[in-house]
Amino acid sequence: MPLDDAYFDYPHRSYGMDHDYYDWSMLVDRKPVNWPGGKPLALWVNVALQFFPLNQRGRPFSPPGGMTTAYPDLRHFTLREYGNRVGIFRILRALDQFKVRVSFAINSCLAERYPYLIRRVVERGDEILCHGWDMDTPHYGGQDKREEAEVVARSLDMLRDATGQPVTGWISPGRSQSPHTPELLVSNGIEYMCDWINDDMPYQFRTPAGEITAMPLSIELEDRFIIMHNLHSETEYADQIIDSFDCLYTEAGEQGGRLLALNIHPWMLGQPHRIGKLEEVLRHITSHHGVWSASPGEIRNAWRAAQ
Amino acid sequence: MKEDPGLYDYWPYEGRPKITWPNGARVAFWVAPNIEIYELDPAVNPHRKAWPKPVPDVVGYGTRDYGNRVGHMRVMRVLDKYGVRGSVSLSTAICEHHPEIIEMCKERDWEFFSHGIYNTRYTYGMDEAQEKAMIEDGIETILKHTGQRCAGYLAPALTHTEVTMDLFAEAGGIYTCDLFHDDQPTPVNLRSGRKFVSVPYSLEMNDTIVYVVNRIEPRRYGEMLKANFDRLYAEGADNGVVMCIPLHAYQVGHPHRLKAFEEALEYITGHPDVWVTTGREIAEYYIDKYYDAAVADIAEKGSQ
Repeated sequence: MPLDDAYFDYPHRSYGMDHDYYDWSMLVDRKPVNWPGGKPLALWVNVALQFFPLNQRGRPFSPPGGMTTAYPDLRHFTLREYGNRVGIFRILRALDQFKVRVSFAINSCLAERYPYLIRRVVERGDEILCHGWDMDTPHYGGQDKREEAEVVARSLDMLRDATGQPVTGWISPGRSQSPHTPELLVSNGIEYMCDWINDDMPYQFRTPAGEITAMPLSIELEDRFIIMHNLHSETEYADQIIDSFDCLYTEAGEQGGRLLALNIHPWMLGQPHRIGKLEEVLRHITSHHGVWSASPGEIRNAWRAAQ
Repeated sequence: MKEDPGLYDYWPYEGRPKITWPNGARVAFWVAPNIEIYELDPAVNPHRKAWPKPVPDVVGYGTRDYGNRVGHMRVMRVLDKYGVRGSVSLSTAICEHHPEIIEMCKERDWEFFSHGIYNTRYTYGMDEAQEKAMIEDGIETILKHTGQRCAGYLAPALTHTEVTMDLFAEAGGIYTCDLFHDDQPTPVNLRSGRKFVSVPYSLEMNDTIVYVVNRIEPRRYGEMLKANFDRLYAEGADNGVVMCIPLHAYQVGHPHRLKAFEEALEYITGHPDVWVTTGREIAEYYIDKYYDAAVADIAEKGSQ
């Protein structure tokens, strides 16, 4: 049996992308961006505060960092909880030591589970993003739109209520989206999302409800990706972030503002043997004068002003 | 199904007729940037899924799109700096989707060879007429948009049939990148008896294999490239060899990976007696100077 003739139809084989979400654009062809104060490089550090349910459904797929053994997987459940109990406080101390601005992306269910943690974060005054309901509530192709709309609304209501912040940024659990996710986010007052990893700078994304900004937040540079997925050492984590910084810092000097976006997990870098590597990275970055440490909302605003 | 593809005969590395590359070079060095395009929602091939997640696979698709939006220019700048002309393994639909990239490569006199239409359209399950039409589509697209007659082929997503090499050679191609059995070019056995050559395109030095499959650290990749070169360079004094670095801008074009690659490229191109060239030039030179001697030597050794 040969393949169906339809396999040789290429309905989108023409200029630009094969979808309408965003326009085709090469980074080098865009207008250079100048960050406030003439700094070449914006630094965005996001701390992901996550909850991985012990009774993980894993449908239609398990979250990165989720349960892996037969029920009850106490091993992974408690390792992730370590981040919310212990690791986060080490991370905060390190960030404050180097005076680095930070944002928090929070699974909304944590507002009910750990009000102390939410209060602690809110009191700092840092920007808070919604990270969906929990790590086992993915947004995915084939999901019922009404069901997804309920999850988006519930997650945002809970977090806005608990934090008193407008919450205009979003990171989906596992960065997974359905075809409707961006539209639902716009309908619920979200101004930027951080799931698409196809760029080093922000860009505008279309939805039937209006535009939303895609903010780049590298997965390749996540602590989880380098250390847990790739099984690289803690030293390698630091090397890779520093090499990335050096490359972007140089490029920013030549081509206009660039953004180093680091997504970190208290359950990973908050371990005693890893925290020193985060400090090493922050020491290297903050020793450069041309770094603008900012929240994602500030970075988005500065980027939009430069368009 | 066959036990052995039958595309080449056993031919020991030792005692082969000596190859000398132009100007007495010992290593023919080429860099093959894969410039690929993946579809968000491709037609389904019953033999291979395009994406692990339901459409839209935001992470899978976005990872690849990064190469064209961001990584390509970084890689191109590095190749420019060290005087390397890329041999582009091209998802030929890039000519339609992203002609800006094609123009930049043309300005630099880079070679284009076919890597299928999209890297989300697999050869598995095609009958001979379908695969022939797909191969010819790629060749015609390259000719139309670049003016080049496509000489080489790397099957899309490394998906093949038993007749892939036959069909590509019959469509006018002279080399394949799909065989990893040697460090020198070798003749390929085809039903047509045409002169057709395998040009080494190292899977081991391929950044996607290194970073995604083997999950290797960026600086270690740089060390691997140098070690690979050092040994080939030493052996090339006795008998010329080929070194290839196959690249993907969505891998090596990331800020945390560029430096280690650049250092390796600086190291390799800093040596004398290295022929910095393209896949087509290696294939043509080999076919012109060494192909017949190789066929005779293979026949002689096979009969012993």
